[in-house]
Amino acid sequence: MVNSVSEPIIQVIDASKRFDGRVVLDNVRLDVMRGETLVILGGSGSGKSTLLRLMIGNVLCDGGHIEAFGKCLRDMTPSEMDDYHRSVGVLFQSGAMFNSMSVADNVALPLREHTDLPESTIEIMVKIKLELVGLRQHADKMPAMLSGGMKKRAGLARAIALDPKILFYDEPSAGLDPVTSAEIDHLIMDLNKKLGVTSVVVTHEMDSAFRIADRMVLLDRGRFMAEGTPDEMRNHKDPLVHQFVFGLAQGPLTDRRRAGGYEEDLLGSPGGY
Amino acid sequence: MNIGLRPLVLAYDSTTGFLRFLGELAYLTGDAAAGVRRSLFNKQGRRLGWANLWEQMNRVGVRSIPIVFLVLFCIGAILALQMAPILRQYGAANRVADIIAIAVGRELGPLVSAIVLTGFAGASIAAELGTMVVSEEIEALEAQAIDPVRFLVVPRMLATTIMMVCISVVGDLAGGLGGMTTANFFFGVSPTMYVHHSFDALVLKDFITGLVKASVFGLVISALACRLGLAVQGGAQGVGAATTRTVVLTIVGLIFVDLIFTAVFYYLGW
Repeated sequence: MVNSVSEPIIQVIDASKRFDGRVVLDNVRLDVMRGETLVILGGSGSGKSTLLRLMIGNVLCDGGHIEAFGKCLRDMTPSEMDDYHRSVGVLFQSGAMFNSMSVADNVALPLREHTDLPESTIEIMVKIKLELVGLRQHADKMPAMLSGGMKKRAGLARAIALDPKILFYDEPSAGLDPVTSAEIDHLIMDLNKKLGVTSVVVTHEMDSAFRIADRMVLLDRGRFMAEGTPDEMRNHKDPLVHQFVFGLAQGPLTDRRRAGGYEEDLLGSPGGY
Repeated sequence: MNIGLRPLVLAYDSTTGFLRFLGELAYLTGDAAAGVRRSLFNKQGRRLGWANLWEQMNRVGVRSIPIVFLVLFCIGAILALQMAPILRQYGAANRVADIIAIAVGRELGPLVSAIVLTGFAGASIAAELGTMVVSEEIEALEAQAIDPVRFLVVPRMLATTIMMVCISVVGDLAGGLGGMTTANFFFGVSPTMYVHHSFDALVLKDFITGLVKASVFGLVISALACRLGLAVQGGAQGVGAATTRTVVLTIVGLIFVDLIFTAVFYYLGW
């Protein structure tokens, strides 16, 4: 899928982020190549969702910088940031559908807001986008009437409404049953092929990651750990990467969680009484 | 920390926190005021701006009219029952109309309508925006280059301010009607006499000061609700806490703003 001579469309250069003094991302460096599907892996609290938000531009990094389409996000004027946001689509973990609007109105929102298209044209475009995600029959339903998987598909239809060049996915298969999860994965691959977009997917579901990824990046406690194709990641020598990729119960990830002070915690510190 | 300094530190923290909150509130209101033109007249946003405003006016105002009418009607009746017996002792039972007209027109009409609207609109705006924060809808708007202030805050503030003035007029009429019905039924004051006295007592200035107050009350209700709703953290519990805070802070804010207005109008001789 990825052209071997493709250039980076997003460059994350030594990005750092802190929240309330706590380091969430620490000097992360990675490139997203045009046309690829890059999967960012990591456990809970690894900083992968924060990295996604930095790339979307909703949050700015404290250290380092992020360039998208050759322009630093931090240096963008508000109107340049609006242009950038119009050229990307985001599928949020919950789908983030606007609950007061029908599915069709949700998908039509960016078109009504950012284009001068007549309503009749917008209606046709909405039908096309909903057909792409298999929800054309549910256009008039309210988000509350949709299942988890349908909400994600509707969110995806809204994300592609303005024909974005980059699609960001935040945990697309989280909370879904295996079949729906596989459906969403196929949808991601399908959209990648049909629309030729670049996709950045944050997930910790390995089955899903292996299905869709051209390249994978693993984060651990806010730091860059490993990068490679799915095969390279499967055969990675680092025990931490190996444990995460294969979902093993024993290994460095679980060992470090167990470390430290259990006895003192139970019995009180020596000389405490 | 020295225990003797603790109250001072607490007082300092509370004061700076309160001032910061007021600053944020003023910033949001200013941002929304600047966004009115973009929301309603610019090419971008105009198509949805008017539709949003209309929807919010309907939601905030129209649905609260019956309850405001009922409450103010009762207040008019209560005032008549309280005042008329005393006035009757001086042979001036029909002057109850003067008192009710001024009390409701200048003060109780706008204030009680605002308190009803706080429960109706303020709480619901805070809960709605808070839920939108929790369910990532605000972030989704930003990610689609749609300014949440222009898209969500402007129509709510504008609708609440406009409808607060309209509801206040309804409240004034309901208060008068409540007073008139009671005065007629219990104290034999004829409706014609009541209306005549009401218009004699209430000059246009009284009515207008009431409406000016009402518009500011509308702004206070919506600004606090939007600010507290958009600042929600921590899921459903955060939404509940923001809703409660909105109602409490708004009622305190309304009384305080009312006091300032009354003092200023008194000073100006209005």
